Amino acid sequence: MMTNHAKLMQFFSVAKSVTGRKKLQKMIYILQKCNVPFEEKYQFHFYGPYSEELTLRVEELCNLGFIQEEKEEKKSFHQYHYQLTEDGKTFLHQFSTDMPDLTDRVDLLNQQSSRFLELVSTMLYFENLPKQAVEEKIHTVKPKQNYSGEEIAEAWEFIQTLRGIPSA
Amino acid sequence: MMEYKLKQLDEEKVFKDPVHRYIHVKDQVIWDLIATPEFQRLRRIKQLGTSYLTFHGAEHSRFNHSLGVYEIVRRIIFNFQNRKHWNPDERLLCLCAALLHDLGHGPFSHSFEKVFKLDHEYFTREIILGDTAINRILEHVEKGFSQKVADVIAKTYPDKLVVSLISSQIDADRMDYLQRDAYFTGVSYGHFDMERILRVMRPTEDQVVIKSTGMHAVEDYIMSRYQMYWQVYFHPVTRSAEVILSKILHRAKYLYESGYTFELKPIHFLSFFKEDVQLEEYLKLDEGIVSYYFQLWQDEKDPILSDLCERFMNRRLFKYIEFNPNLEMNEWMDLYQLFQEAGIDPDYYLVVDSSSDLPYDFYRPGEEEERLPIHLLMPSGELKELSRNSDIVEAISGKKRTDHKLYFPKDRLDKLTDQHLKRKIEAILYKRGEK
Repeated sequence: MMTNHAKLMQFFSVAKSVTGRKKLQKMIYILQKCNVPFEEKYQFHFYGPYSEELTLRVEELCNLGFIQEEKEEKKSFHQYHYQLTEDGKTFLHQFSTDMPDLTDRVDLLNQQSSRFLELVSTMLYFENLPKQAVEEKIHTVKPKQNYSGEEIAEAWEFIQTLRGIPSA
Repeated sequence: MMEYKLKQLDEEKVFKDPVHRYIHVKDQVIWDLIATPEFQRLRRIKQLGTSYLTFHGAEHSRFNHSLGVYEIVRRIIFNFQNRKHWNPDERLLCLCAALLHDLGHGPFSHSFEKVFKLDHEYFTREIILGDTAINRILEHVEKGFSQKVADVIAKTYPDKLVVSLISSQIDADRMDYLQRDAYFTGVSYGHFDMERILRVMRPTEDQVVIKSTGMHAVEDYIMSRYQMYWQVYFHPVTRSAEVILSKILHRAKYLYESGYTFELKPIHFLSFFKEDVQLEEYLKLDEGIVSYYFQLWQDEKDPILSDLCERFMNRRLFKYIEFNPNLEMNEWMDLYQLFQEAGIDPDYYLVVDSSSDLPYDFYRPGEEEERLPIHLLMPSGELKELSRNSDIVEAISGKKRTDHKLYFPKDRLDKLTDQHLKRKIEAILYKRGEK
């Protein structure tokens, strides 16, 4: 029952806490691109890969009481924090998911800024292109983010590290 | 000789359309694109998938919708002429992208994509960039033009204003399908004053914005989206048909993988079962072909496949109850067990369906830059996000209503001969009344 919901709960169970909707979107996308079997469909939007399906599923998990969403007022915007509830833990206990161990990858992703994860996810979105073309695309689709050469190099290295982490 | 991209038809052609009255075509390129086999194929794919089983009028196709989106973009561009930020050189690109944006949709897209792990956007790109009549026309316009069209549709084209015409939270795609789906389903929601919205749209450097005096017309459009979702797109009876459709595809795939010998060999499905679909095979599968298989699979030896196909073809759908996966977790596990005891395979006949299984884009204010919101252009020249100015939009873009239902074949339960088992199942299912 609700396999895709359970997979997300498994993610939250490992992550403990995720801060920011954009960060959450990018983390799940990047894990998908590392062959973690999340099935949420992504499309390219103004701010990079985005999944309406993921947004809705997280809303459902919150409404069901499996995930807790906390809203924090910032100066000019709101920020959201997510974590698994006790009910969510009970559900996960009843309905096990066929997921690889995500601990190391989720920890590594959770330490990064959402700006950096936006860069990484955008690079992964265009990964079927040659490396040079990916870097050109970054500047074309995200001119306002003004990513530096160092950030892009760091992102390539990050992708390699992340993909090198074994599943089990 | 006049360049192909500038070539106009000797006289304007029009398509009679129930939503926009007339769809006007003057460009030779657009006329040629419409005539390709890949575009004509869209006539054989319904815009609303299984909704025709709930709303009998909903038989309109992706062909109708694609022409409608083209027409809306054509009108927007006409209004943008001579406005700042609008680049007239992008005109043909916008028209082509509008016309071709749904080209990769397959039969009953949603279920097919879920079961066979497909992506219609991938196939849209493949058709535009591959060895197709569409690609030859686009490349005849200019070398590299097909890539530009694919980039606009994929939302990765550098000119964001162009992208936002085809795909944003207030775009030609949504404006067409809301009105068209309302017209063909016959519902009274889904209507809004599009002419007014087109008049108050303004091009900016990176998106279309709405002159603030047009806010109420946009509110109406946002309300239409909200109501159409709950009343049409996520209608529980349509969802029942969708559940059965998905289970047919799952069963057929499972049987193929188990070495089952089909009476009617599923030639058109083989690459889908193997999850290695090439463009040529993809283009061959339309809803006519799918219906043919479902019709004949009613006579298959496998009782689950034949029963599910019979249900789909004859609209013998599953019933449902409201279901809360948190509060009723234990009931679900009991039901699963009881269905097994009753010889009704719960993997095919006891299905939880959630609102996120049919993603629909509610208006999102883009609080954390998840999606670009609709901006109002204030008299001062400042841009303001819509929900900050509109109480109505703020109300429906706040906490989202979500929904879960449990589907099952009531007719099978009614026929159970073990009365004790039947009572146990019914006690769990009907404690709050069936629908």
